[in-house]
Amino acid sequence: MSDAVWILGITMTKFGKHTDKDIADLASEAALGALVDGGVTMGEMGIMAFGNLMGGVSGQVVQKQIGQTGIPVYNVSNACATGATALRTVIMAIKAGEVDMGLAVGVEKLAGAGLLAGGTVGATPDVWEPSGRFGAVTPVDGRIGTETMPGVFAQIGQEYAYEHNVEADFKLFAQISEKNHAHSALNPLASYQKRFTLDEIMNDMMIAYPNTRPMCSANCDGAAAAVVVSDAKLKTLSLEQQRRAVKVSASILTTDPYEEACQVLPNVNTVTRLAAAQAYEQAGIGPSDLDLVELHDCFATAELVHYDNLGLCEPGGAVDFFKSGATWRDGSTPVNVSGGLESKGHPIAATGIANIWEICHHLRGEAGERQIEGAKAGLAHVIGLGSSCGVHILEKSGL
Amino acid sequence: MSKQVPLVDYLVLGDSPHLVANECTKCGARFFDRRSACASCSGTDFKKVDIGTEGTLRTFSIVSMAAPGIAVPFVASIIDVDGTSVRANVVNVTPDPEHVKLGMKVKLTTFPIGQDAEGTEAIGFGFEPVEVQ
Repeated sequence: MSDAVWILGITMTKFGKHTDKDIADLASEAALGALVDGGVTMGEMGIMAFGNLMGGVSGQVVQKQIGQTGIPVYNVSNACATGATALRTVIMAIKAGEVDMGLAVGVEKLAGAGLLAGGTVGATPDVWEPSGRFGAVTPVDGRIGTETMPGVFAQIGQEYAYEHNVEADFKLFAQISEKNHAHSALNPLASYQKRFTLDEIMNDMMIAYPNTRPMCSANCDGAAAAVVVSDAKLKTLSLEQQRRAVKVSASILTTDPYEEACQVLPNVNTVTRLAAAQAYEQAGIGPSDLDLVELHDCFATAELVHYDNLGLCEPGGAVDFFKSGATWRDGSTPVNVSGGLESKGHPIAATGIANIWEICHHLRGEAGERQIEGAKAGLAHVIGLGSSCGVHILEKSGL
Repeated sequence: MSKQVPLVDYLVLGDSPHLVANECTKCGARFFDRRSACASCSGTDFKKVDIGTEGTLRTFSIVSMAAPGIAVPFVASIIDVDGTSVRANVVNVTPDPEHVKLGMKVKLTTFPIGQDAEGTEAIGFGFEPVEVQ
């Protein structure tokens, strides 16, 4: 296919606490790593897309460290889907024929950050004054439900249990976390590589029932970057570069289509289902063709619903699907063999490229101890609350 | 009695407190905030509709960690009121999974949340179990 687009080089930094590196250092490390991995240079890039959600750093700052070549930088922001948005921006530029190679970078420094989102309740005001679109006289977080991420995603998981009348209880969600933490023991770049017992997970600090602390994504520092290349350009490169290149069979970004309740509780289901349907259509392959999936387990309660949303199981069948062992690394559809956001970590803007790196690593046969043998196709999924969904389907080079 | 104001403008106080939504006259989609247009059909004409005061607990989380100043634990939830979803806390219930159950019937209740310097009282709302526990 002549209009195919390929990942030529890709890398992620170690996720964790980098006290001696700032945002530009981490982004530079990832970007330079991706260029070296692809066997190309900054001077060959025609476009750069960059994401750093919480730090407010721009791609230009990184260019000043690694190469000011005059190319445009698109600084993108799409909540937790920021990395996928940066990657998709570069892919679109290549598909549009404007450039034949580009660099996407996502970076975040979040180690030590506490609870994300949710308003702080201040002192009672001098005068109750209605403000904002709800005419609220004081911040409503905690008074009218919760705006905290653990609580929002806890409700998303519990809603699945109610809607489908299935037994998705505290223990089941904890078992999903148990799986991802077990997987992380094989990933040297994960923030946490510790295997937890089910008891340890269930008895850890409760954040928002049914999510305990190890069932929440880990705040950490990290960066990931990818070099994307057009099919025509790839054909001019070395056989080794062509062999290691990973085909982007689908690149999709959606926002949440309206459905009742979606403005009351964020709906991560509709947005994912829409992206998945478009991705499978574009790739011409289906869920059964996938050898591994990296999905957005920002909380253990979220992973369950995405088995269903991505079509990995029968509609309403996510609980039985998980209980069958399908999503463990030796199962029929390994999910989050990297350890997922719960243990690999979730440096927000890096996540949507780091999950692509994980898939590419396996498709290239370079994943070492955690290699999924013979992997030919994989899917990477990310959610940005608000909401956006990025889905990329990747396939091994036929060479 | 001191002067009262609702926590949000979609809470109507008085003898029979209730919530009120902006309903799109074209497609019927309901919203609790001030609208620019309809997110479902892009229509721009809305009417006020009263929301019922009894519903079903569709989902919840018992929040133990929250921003400074927010009392924990509390039960965050979504209530299904005859097909309209409402965000609210479940109140007047022991906040544990033995007492808060998916599908339980709940009803609207209001309560004071504090007075400002002029003595005006703000009134909040929540949903409480219909059956006394």
